Amino acid sequence: MHLQAKRLSKLALSPVLMLLSMLGTAAWAEEAQRWQTNLTPGVTELGAKIYDLHMTVFWICVWIGVVVFGLMFYSILTHRKSLGAKPADFHESTSVEIAWTVVPFIILIVIAFPATKTLLEVYDTDDADLDVMITGYQWKWKYEYIDPNGDNVSFFSNLRTGKTEIYNEDAKGQHYLLEVDEPMVLPVNKKVRFLVTANDVIHAWWVPALAVKRDAIPGFINETWTKATQTGIYRGQCAELCGKDHGYMPIVVNVVEEAEYKNWLNEKKSQAAEIKALMSKNFSLDEQMAAGKEVYDKSCAACHGANGEGGVGKAIAKSPIATGALATHLDVGVNGVPGTAMQAFGGQINDVEMAAVITYQRNAFGNNMGDVVQPIDVYNFKQGK
Amino acid sequence: MSAHHGPAKGFTRWLTTTNHKDIGTMYLWFSFAMFILGGAFAMVIRAELFQPGIQIVDPEFFNQMTTMHGLVMVFGAIMPAFVGLANWLIPMMIGAPDMALPRMNNWSFWILPPTFLMLASTLFMDGGAPNYGWTFYAPLSTTYAPPSVTYFIFAIHLMGLSSIMGSINIIATVVNMRAPGMTYMKMPLFVWTWLITAFLLVAVMPVLAACVTMMLMDIHFGTSFFSAAGGGDPVLFQHIFWFFGHPEVYIIILPAFGVVSQIIPTFARKPLFGYDSMVYATASIAFLSFIVWVHHMYTVGIPVAGELFFMYATMLIAVPTGVKVFNWITTMWQGAMTFETPMLFCLGFVFLFTIGGFTGVMLSLAPVDFQYHDSYFVVAHFHYVMVAGAVFSMSAAVYYWLPKWTGKMYDEGMGKAHFWISFIGFNLTFFPQHFLGLAGMPRRIPDYALQFSDFNMMSSIGAFIYGASQLLFLFNVLRTILAGKPAPAEKAWEGAEGLEWTLPSPAPYHTFTTPPNVK
Ligand code: HEC
Ligand SMILES: [Cu+2]
Repeated sequence: MHLQAKRLSKLALSPVLMLLSMLGTAAWAEEAQRWQTNLTPGVTELGAKIYDLHMTVFWICVWIGVVVFGLMFYSILTHRKSLGAKPADFHESTSVEIAWTVVPFIILIVIAFPATKTLLEVYDTDDADLDVMITGYQWKWKYEYIDPNGDNVSFFSNLRTGKTEIYNEDAKGQHYLLEVDEPMVLPVNKKVRFLVTANDVIHAWWVPALAVKRDAIPGFINETWTKATQTGIYRGQCAELCGKDHGYMPIVVNVVEEAEYKNWLNEKKSQAAEIKALMSKNFSLDEQMAAGKEVYDKSCAACHGANGEGGVGKAIAKSPIATGALATHLDVGVNGVPGTAMQAFGGQINDVEMAAVITYQRNAFGNNMGDVVQPIDVYNFKQGK
Repeated sequence: MSAHHGPAKGFTRWLTTTNHKDIGTMYLWFSFAMFILGGAFAMVIRAELFQPGIQIVDPEFFNQMTTMHGLVMVFGAIMPAFVGLANWLIPMMIGAPDMALPRMNNWSFWILPPTFLMLASTLFMDGGAPNYGWTFYAPLSTTYAPPSVTYFIFAIHLMGLSSIMGSINIIATVVNMRAPGMTYMKMPLFVWTWLITAFLLVAVMPVLAACVTMMLMDIHFGTSFFSAAGGGDPVLFQHIFWFFGHPEVYIIILPAFGVVSQIIPTFARKPLFGYDSMVYATASIAFLSFIVWVHHMYTVGIPVAGELFFMYATMLIAVPTGVKVFNWITTMWQGAMTFETPMLFCLGFVFLFTIGGFTGVMLSLAPVDFQYHDSYFVVAHFHYVMVAGAVFSMSAAVYYWLPKWTGKMYDEGMGKAHFWISFIGFNLTFFPQHFLGLAGMPRRIPDYALQFSDFNMMSSIGAFIYGASQLLFLFNVLRTILAGKPAPAEKAWEGAEGLEWTLPSPAPYHTFTTPPNVK
C-alpha cells in the first residue's frame, strides 16, 4: 500500500512531467524544480538583476577557467618527461607578474560597478506600500501586517507536513516540507517592506523567487523589501541554523491581485474582531470543554498525550498544576516553563482559545475541578490584574 | 649511535619526547585519527541525507553531527596535520637541529588528545554534544545550548593554547635557527607560508579565546555580551567569531600553498616560478584576511557603507590568489613533468582549488550573496577550498615526504588509485552541491524537499566513495612503514631540491647538529 503510494508519487515526479513544467517559466520561478542547477531570476526586478550579475560573474569565471585550465592541461599533455621534454630554466619575469596582477584587478573593478549598483538597490527600503513584520520563532514564523491605524493583523505560519510523511510512514506530498498551515499573502506589484526580527535565536527568512534573505535577530529589527511582479505561490525556508527543527520552518508566500489581497486582509480583520467580541462573552462549562478539546488536540496533545497521560510534556491527568491554583496554571499556559519544551503559548493561541484549553485541562482526564475560565480572565491575567 | 642520542624506549619515548620528528609523527597520526572521526560524522550526515525524510538519526543528533564534523575537521584534523608537517620539515628545511622550544613543543601536542577526548565525550552527555554548528552563533550556543557547551568552551581554550604554543615555536625556530646563508628570501616556500600562518595564529587565536570566554560569562556569570535583552548584541558574537574565523581559513590554506609550491617544481623539474611574488602574495593574503570578515555576514544587516567596504576588500583577495595559481601553472610550463602520486594530488589541488576560488569571487559579491548565503552553494565552495585544498595537499605531502620520513617507498599504483578515487568521489560529492544551493537548499538541514533528492543522492554516493578511498590511503601508508621497499638513499625524487633531501633516508633521529652551509 505504502509502496504503491510511493511509486505513484514517483510517477508524478517523472522527469518528463518535470521537464514540461520547467518549460513554463512561471512554474520555474515558483519553487525549485527537480534537477534545477541554477539560481532562479525569480519574480522581482531586483531578483532578475541579481541573477544577471550572477550569470555575468559566472561566465567571466568560466572564460578565465577555460584559459587557465587550457594552459594547464596543454602543459600537462605536452611538457612531459615521457615525451622527451627538457625543462626550461626560466623562473621569473617581472612584466608577466605585473600583467597577471593588473589584469585581474581590472576585471574586478569592472564587476564592482554593477555589484555596487545592485547592492544599493537591495538596501533601498524607502517608499514601501506595505510593511510586514516577520518574527522568527523556534520553529515557526509570525507575520504581522502593520496597519497605519493600529489595526494590525498577525498570525503564525507553521509547517503543515505531517510527522508520518517525515518519518516515511506515508508517501511524501508534492510540497513536502515546503507547505504551511497559513501562508503570507502579499499584493502583486506593490513594494513590501519586511521588518525582520526573532523571538529566541537567530533565524533567516529566505524566499529565492522574491530575492529576499535577511537574518532575523532577537532584539534587533532588520529591514528588507520585495516587489513581486507575478502572482503565484513562492516557497522558501529558514536559512540560519536555529536548533532542532531548523529544517522544518518553511516559508510560503502567496502573491495575489490587489483586490484579492484586500479581501483576505479584511477577512483576517473581521476574524480578529470576532475574537474580540468573544472576549466579553461568558461561556458555560460545556461550551468551554468542547472548544477546549479542539485546542488541546491541536496544540497540546502532541506532548501531553490525547488522554492527558503525558509524553514529552508532563501528564495533565492529576497534574498538581492543573488541579492546583488557577493563576499558576494560567502562568504555565501563558508563559511556558523556561528551559523546557513547554513554550509560552500566550503569544501563539488567543485568549479565547487559552481560556477554553485551560478549562479543558482542569476538568478533563478526571481532574474535575469544576471551574470555568473565561477569556477575560486570561486577558486580566496577562495584564497582571 | 649511543643510547643518549637515540630515542627512549616504549611509551615514555612518545610521552616525554622533545624531538621534532617524534612530535611531528604524533601530530600526523593524531590528525589522521581525527580525520577518520570527523569523516565518520560526515558519513552519518550524508547517510541521513541520502533520501528525503528522517531515516537514520533524528534532527537533534543530526545537528550534533554537522557541528562535530566541522569542529573535528578544522581543529582536530587539518590544523594539527599542518603543524605535524611543520614539525617534521621546518628544521630539516632550514638546516636546524630541532625546533627552538622543544619542551613547549611536547606540550603543544600533548594538550590535544585529552582535549579532543573531552570534546568527543560530550556526545555521551545529557543533552548531547554541541549542536549549534562549528560557527556556534549566539544565542543558540549560549542561552539555548545543551549543558555540554561548557566542555566545548574549555576544549576551544585548550586548542587555542596548543595552537599558540605551536606557532610561537615555529616563529622562534624560523627567526633564530636558520643555517648560515639561509636568508629569508632563500627559505623554502613551505617555511615562508608557515611563518606567516604562525603570525596569523598568534594574532587570532586569542580573539577566539575571548569569544568563547564571553560565552562562558553569558552562560554562567549573568553577563549579556551576546544577549539583546541585557543590552548585548548577538551580532557582536559574529563579528568576533569571524575576526578569528576568516584568518582561520587562510591559516588552513597557506601551509597548503606552501606544500604545493614545494612539490610542483620537483615533478616539473624546474624551479618555482616567481618565488618573490609568491612570498609577497602570501603576505598580502594574510593582511587582507584581517579586513574581510564581514563577507561571512552580509545578511545580518550591516549598513551599506560597511557592506561595500568588505565587498571590495574581499574581491581584492582574488588578485594575490590568482598570482599563486598563475605561478604554479607557469612552473609546470615547459617543464619535464612526471606524474607520481604527490604530483597528481598537487594538480588536483590546483584545478579544484581554483574552482573554489571562482565560487569565492561569486560569493564575494554582496548582492548575489543574499541568494547564496547559508545555502549548499557555500558548503560546496568551502569544501572545494578545504578538502581539495588542504586535504589534497596533505595527501600530496605525505606521499612526497614519506620516503624521507620512513626510508621506505609507498606503492605507487595504490597511491594513484587513492588519488583517482578521491578525485572522483570528491567531485561527485561536492559538485552537485553547487546546484543544490543555487536551487535553494539551505545548509545544515536534516531533511529536504523532494526537488533536491537526486543531487543529494549523488552527493551521498560520492561521499561514501571519497570516505572509502581514505582507508586505501591508510593501508598504503601502513604497508609502506611495515613492508615498503627501501627508498633511494637521499633524493626520493629526481627533481627534488632543498636541505631535507641532503639527509639520508630515513632521516636520522637528530639531524643538522652542525649547521649545513647554504650557498
Ligand atoms: C512541545 C511540547 C509541549 C506542548 C506542545 C505543550 N506542552 Fe505543556 N509541557 C511541556 C513540558 C515539557 C512540560 C513540563 C515542564 C516542566 O518541566 O516543568 C509541560 C508542562 C505543562 C503544564 C504543567 C504540568 C505539570 O504538572 O507540571 C501545563 C499545565 C501545560 N504544560 C499546559 C500546556 C498547554 C495548555 C498546552 C497547549 C496549549 C501545552 N502544554 C503544550 C511540553 C509541551
Ligand atoms: Cu529558523
